[in-house]
Amino acid sequence: MEYDVVIGLEIHVQLKTRTKMFTAAPYAYGADPNTLIDPVVLGLPGTLPVLNHAAVEACAKLGLLLACEIAEVCKWDRKNYFYPDSPKNYQLTQNEQPLCLGGQVEIELPGTSRNIQGEHRLVKLNRIHLEEDPGKLTHTAFDTTIDFNRAGVPLAEIVTEPDLHSSEEAVAFLNALIHLIHYAGVSDCDMEKGQLRCDANVSLKPAGSKTLGTRTEMKNLNSISNVRAAIEYEIARQTELLDAGESITQETRRWSAENGTSSSLRSKEEAHDYRYFPDPDLMPVRMDRARVAELQAALPERPYDKQRRYQETLDLPFTLTSVLCPDPKLCTFFEEALELHPAPKVIANYIANDLLRELSASAAHGESALSISDCPLTPAHIAELAKLIENGVITKQIAKEVFTTMYQSGNMPAVIVEKEGLQQSDNSDEIEALCREAIAGNAKAVAQFKEGNAKALNALKGPVMKATKGQANPATLDQILRSLIQSEA
Amino acid sequence: MPELYHQTIAQLSAALEAGSLTSVALMQAVIERTEAVEPQVKAFIHRDAEDALQQAHASDERRASGNSLGPLDGIPIGIKDILAVKGQPLRCASKMLDNFVSPYDATVIAQLKAAGAVLWGRLNMDEFAMGSSTENSAYMATANPWDLDRIPGGSSGGSAAAIAAGQAIATIGTDTGGSIRQPAALCGVVGMKPTYGLVSRYGLVAFASSLDQAGPMTRTVEDAALLLQTMLGKDPLDSTSIAMPKVPDFRAELKHRKGPWKLGVPREFFGDGIDPEVKANIEAAIEWYRAQGSEIVDISLPHAHLSVPVYYIVATAEASSNLARFDGVRYGHRSVAVEDALSLFTQSRGEGFGDEVKRRIILGTYVLSSGYYDAYYLRAQKVRTLIRRDFENAFETVDAILSPTSPTPAFKRGERSNDPLAMYLSDIYTIAVNLAGLPALSLPSGFTSNGLPIGLQVIGKAFGEADLFAVAQAYEQAHNFHLVTAEL
Amino acid sequence: MTDKAHLDIEYVSQLARLDLSAAEKEKLGSQLAAILEHFDALKAVDVSGVEPTAHAHAVENVWREGDRAGPVYDPEVLSSMAPESRDNQVVVPKVVE
Repeated sequence: MEYDVVIGLEIHVQLKTRTKMFTAAPYAYGADPNTLIDPVVLGLPGTLPVLNHAAVEACAKLGLLLACEIAEVCKWDRKNYFYPDSPKNYQLTQNEQPLCLGGQVEIELPGTSRNIQGEHRLVKLNRIHLEEDPGKLTHTAFDTTIDFNRAGVPLAEIVTEPDLHSSEEAVAFLNALIHLIHYAGVSDCDMEKGQLRCDANVSLKPAGSKTLGTRTEMKNLNSISNVRAAIEYEIARQTELLDAGESITQETRRWSAENGTSSSLRSKEEAHDYRYFPDPDLMPVRMDRARVAELQAALPERPYDKQRRYQETLDLPFTLTSVLCPDPKLCTFFEEALELHPAPKVIANYIANDLLRELSASAAHGESALSISDCPLTPAHIAELAKLIENGVITKQIAKEVFTTMYQSGNMPAVIVEKEGLQQSDNSDEIEALCREAIAGNAKAVAQFKEGNAKALNALKGPVMKATKGQANPATLDQILRSLIQSEA
Repeated sequence: MPELYHQTIAQLSAALEAGSLTSVALMQAVIERTEAVEPQVKAFIHRDAEDALQQAHASDERRASGNSLGPLDGIPIGIKDILAVKGQPLRCASKMLDNFVSPYDATVIAQLKAAGAVLWGRLNMDEFAMGSSTENSAYMATANPWDLDRIPGGSSGGSAAAIAAGQAIATIGTDTGGSIRQPAALCGVVGMKPTYGLVSRYGLVAFASSLDQAGPMTRTVEDAALLLQTMLGKDPLDSTSIAMPKVPDFRAELKHRKGPWKLGVPREFFGDGIDPEVKANIEAAIEWYRAQGSEIVDISLPHAHLSVPVYYIVATAEASSNLARFDGVRYGHRSVAVEDALSLFTQSRGEGFGDEVKRRIILGTYVLSSGYYDAYYLRAQKVRTLIRRDFENAFETVDAILSPTSPTPAFKRGERSNDPLAMYLSDIYTIAVNLAGLPALSLPSGFTSNGLPIGLQVIGKAFGEADLFAVAQAYEQAHNFHLVTAEL
Repeated sequence: MTDKAHLDIEYVSQLARLDLSAAEKEKLGSQLAAILEHFDALKAVDVSGVEPTAHAHAVENVWREGDRAGPVYDPEVLSSMAPESRDNQVVVPKVVE
């Protein structure tokens, strides 16, 4: 039987405020255990939460970028459940009146090949609310240890509508979401560090049916590849059950990346009874409309809007925009270089290819590539390099060499060209003399060229370039060789 | 002159200021008195005489060098075992927190320290402030100094008994449904619950967050005014604390606010269940005010009779969540017999909490649980709105409301232990005030025929503490019941 | 409100993570039944259109500005109060989900 797949995602994103959601204790990933704690973090008797305004601002900013409506008033609720990582055994969250309502994320489905732009569509969001992160459990063979450093870090929980229909769409959504969060600048979204965590709800229904099937919730998906694998596993599992005439149990399942399988955590019958009620310790937040308008006005251009603009007004190919646009820092770098020298394709090429290659090559073994912010080059370097090529000062060939030197030294390209005497040679006399030598030394190539094999000319150009160390102006060289051979005839 | 330990803050601070008394001498008198009567009264869960004398000594040095911190400097003030004092046990009279020492100060404590007060001991209470008799302490039952077989009221029973017995000059209590006013009434002292939000709750171990307030317990209204002056103020660590636009000097205001007033009497508070002697006493007090020129107005609080169910739903719901943090993981009692994380929770809590706390946690968990929230909690919060409105309407015509504090005088120990509902109903005159967030004060208004104190409750407008004190002091100065002390 | 309030003491004590003896359950059950009956008085009240009170004196927008880091405890503060700890972490019996 054919089924329609319906997927909804719940994504927890750690907001990178300096301090915690409800107290001034700082947070930093990787700090020694229990060094970022205070009476509120530990839930000591008598302590009270005080809202961190920076977390509200960050979440509102994200909400606006995700096209959410910002609530007039949002409130705080207690979600009651016991767990050793939860210092109060309730979580402060927004159940009844969240900060952000609705919203949508534009996603790109995979194209027919890597170099081909895929179809775009909008995925609907249900809401974004703020809540606090619990501490971190570490399981040993005999017991469990608890580090409360993470407890109280602000989380934005982004809840989609059941509006995704395949693992590809879910992955595309996550990628698009991560790019948007980077643009908002509110989280680094490093899944390995737990900065972004994903739960997936999956259900199947007979193709074309209007009624949703029974869903299962998958927890603990801590990488994009896990999200893909877990959803695919779940679709296959449910398909098999339904095909066999069995029904799906509403349950929470845990994905095991090691085994590539999921297993039931608890069924609906054992589901938590969270006993939500309004938190009496925190006051409601009324969102100042003028401030919301200010945040709205200051929003960055969304990545796919930028991509369309680059493609339409700068005539950049998809192969370049698809590299640049997901990363707001690359785009800023690109646009700053463009201000200095308006050569979009050349500059985009240098950033998307040469620069990124050097960045990943210079990363230490086993670590991820350096970010553009660690780059020894400025937009001015790239702009000047592009200008030297365009003005015919250096050849593209020489430019590669200049790039490597400037990446290593940080010197400006003009300085390198000057110092190392790399200027392109337009000395026709010298080139002509070398061309004559080349023609004299390779009669076979000359004959082939005369017979109409244009590529044979390259065999003659090679020795000339070699002799000039690549500085011969290729156009001049080409023209001289052709005219010499013709005049021979 | 009464003994030092039976004097007021106002008297003692004048003597300290005049140099006729040192804080160390005062503290020594209080310590000696405490040691003499504590075996009978059992007001203290913990006390550290050496530490108190050191604080008193530091106060004397400040005063000698001309750096006195004001009228509270050097005055021994007892603290209910529910407010966090850095380096001192914080047990809430519970086995759950048997070994817990607070690593931080409550805001109220920081304020008292800044005013030079000598923090004296940890006073007994009903476990986690749940009770009206101080019988629910895991450590001991405190006796009423006026009749040692009777309860001192609760939950701030230790705080009230300590003053009545001369073991402290003043104390700090907390009041969620009458826990300052009712023991004050039953022990013949002044107990004042401020407007919700006037005093920071940071460091007050939460029972019911939307109702809890700390407040002064003293011998006189003037002392309560002095003490409250130090405790109030917007606290950045408590989002529910509220800045008074203009904080009056309560003690100075007492001289300017002399009445007469328009005083409301809620008919609903004189019906069934009130002890005839209490009723007669309070009616006489009302007549006194009338005779002094105040206008007495019959008012109606039509929803007040619903206060008990509303209170016991709202308070237990909040408590069930507030007390979830006592789980044996990070601090407090951990059962030794645990095999897994689940039994760590259930057994530690089962062993650590007493009966009344368990009863309220179960009740509060139930009223919030799936399928019952709307019927109980949400409905109670709506009726709470109606109760608040009743008071708002009443205060459109009156300056303050008079009523009994407790329907009965102190009862015998054990008398109501097995009837929680009867115990809950004894809070009937006090809890509506917490639900409405209003300030109220209980002051001694006389004695029953067998010598038990009776308390008159004065309820004020929100943030109307200055008037509240003035109304209460008028009666106090004409009757001087505070000069009668319990014989021990 | 359900016609007859039913408090499932097994379920509620489990929710509250409260270990109760059989005797405690029985005693609590009957005491709570009496209390719940008393709560029935609320059923008769017309609360249509009445806003619930969550705060006695509600104000809005109470928060901390500036996102500046405040003081932290040494890990020893926690390990000295915790019933069991190792390497500055709190230890509990093995947690299985």
